[in-house]
Amino acid sequence: MSSMHGITRADMQAVHLPRRRAVNRVMEVLATLTALLAVAILVIVVWSVAKRGAGALDLNLVTKNPVPFAFGPVEQGLANAFAGSLVLVGLATLMALPTGILIALYLTEYAPRAVRAGVSLVLDVLNGIPAIVIGIFVFGLVVVGRGQSGYAGAFALACLMLPLVTRSTMEVLLLVPGALREASLALGVTRWRTTLSIVLPQTIGGVLTGTVLAVARVAGETAPLLFTSSIVGQQTEWSPAHALQSIPVAIFELSESPDPADHARAWAAALVLLLFILLTSLAARWLATRGRRRLSTSR
Amino acid sequence: MIAPVQVRQSRPEVLDRVLAVEDLDAYYGGKAALKGVSMEIYKNLVTAIIGPSGCGKSTYIRCLNRMNDLVPGFRQTGTVRYHGQDITGSDVDPVAVRRHIGMVFQRPNPFPKSIYDNVAWGLKVLGMRNDLDARVERALTQAALWDEVKDRLKASALSLSGGQQQRLCIARAIAVEPDVVLMDEPASALDPIATAAIEQLMHDLKQDYSFVIVTHNMQQAARVADMTAFFSISRGDEGERWGELVEYDTTEKIFTAPADKRTEDYVTGRFG
Repeated sequence: MSSMHGITRADMQAVHLPRRRAVNRVMEVLATLTALLAVAILVIVVWSVAKRGAGALDLNLVTKNPVPFAFGPVEQGLANAFAGSLVLVGLATLMALPTGILIALYLTEYAPRAVRAGVSLVLDVLNGIPAIVIGIFVFGLVVVGRGQSGYAGAFALACLMLPLVTRSTMEVLLLVPGALREASLALGVTRWRTTLSIVLPQTIGGVLTGTVLAVARVAGETAPLLFTSSIVGQQTEWSPAHALQSIPVAIFELSESPDPADHARAWAAALVLLLFILLTSLAARWLATRGRRRLSTSR
Repeated sequence: MIAPVQVRQSRPEVLDRVLAVEDLDAYYGGKAALKGVSMEIYKNLVTAIIGPSGCGKSTYIRCLNRMNDLVPGFRQTGTVRYHGQDITGSDVDPVAVRRHIGMVFQRPNPFPKSIYDNVAWGLKVLGMRNDLDARVERALTQAALWDEVKDRLKASALSLSGGQQQRLCIARAIAVEPDVVLMDEPASALDPIATAAIEQLMHDLKQDYSFVIVTHNMQQAARVADMTAFFSISRGDEGERWGELVEYDTTEKIFTAPADKRTEDYVTGRFG
């Protein structure tokens, strides 16, 4: 190998090959370790929640309401929190999903380039606003004077979901080949009809992915609900006209209780929440790969 | 030094004008892509646009049905008259223009739907719902595709070969009964057999439609076109380049006795 490419053995020794090799090795190990750290954190969190929560995890947790000031063992659970979270997140999705899709459609199909860039930036900033700030904002806007309600809580959650849904929808809309839009427009079909019948059906997988991720994110939000939907009774309540209990708020309150049985229930609720988020994230992952496959075959 | 543009038109007097383009300039983001194009396109003929890459052929035919409206930063001046009516103004609905002037693109772009729905969808959306099956069959037959797909109309259009997909796109375009069909290098991604099929169907269909075809294949222009326009690239003093129409005449004239030296150089292969 002496003269291949004109590099001699002497040349290679002259540039400190052993030292460069060592640095390369060290950086490789370092990078691998940090990647393992990320996995380790998740495993530790899941493990510790599972260990403490599994004991109190039974059917009562989701079927029975809490019994305050219970002396002695009483069958109780957090049914009101599960019902409330279901209504709050469902309502928030109903608010954020159509709005987010329409915003994404406007930005990708109609808006001039500069407007698209500007609004995208606004959405990214909105995405970065701390949840507690959204909570205060909705408190000032809706709750003051009217009192807490499920609507107010859902609205706060929807504010958090909106940028996530919009951005992920925009991403898949931009993946739809322009040739498909041209094919439809060249027939003399209107822009809106083209968008609705040709472009949008291509993006269902991506839209679902974004929605599921957003649902997983807001299902665990406590801060925006503290101001908007937290002063609640112990009964299961389905009507969003009243303030609704939710799992994250219930966990927060139980964690401050002096009763160790309450702590156990908080851990169990945390475990359920964690499993829900893990499952929805996996579902989102699966939907995303499916959606991408569909798009790539349509070229 | 720019050579004067010489446009001779020895057109047969009996022909109707479908499109009349006058003094068309086209710009992308302020840069000229086309300057001073004037030409008439006649009914029931195949008109070919030939010329080197970058001479504005595609830009030109996309001006004929307002497809360039979709390109950010595009601007044009001059007039394009369709049966005497200017279609360039902002008061003209491009959707209505495209309803009469259809287009087939360089790369086959079938919808990710079934073969049947690719043709039927446009018909349904545009309200041509009566005799849907018959209309689909007629369009597919005209596009010389019916025999190949009649047993699998419900199959995905994406399962077809490239040549079949392009014929499906032609069927989709003619099913909605346009007046003019614009074709932007429809055969450039196809093999010679598929190309021959498309040339044949243009020949067969020109009694019902007027075709404008962009091609950089001169043999193709010579085979299918009645009229041929040669576009070329002009260079300005500061190195800027734009496309312009050099010569427009019957195909026979363009290929056997062109009036302009640049046309002659191009059609005899001495270009560049």
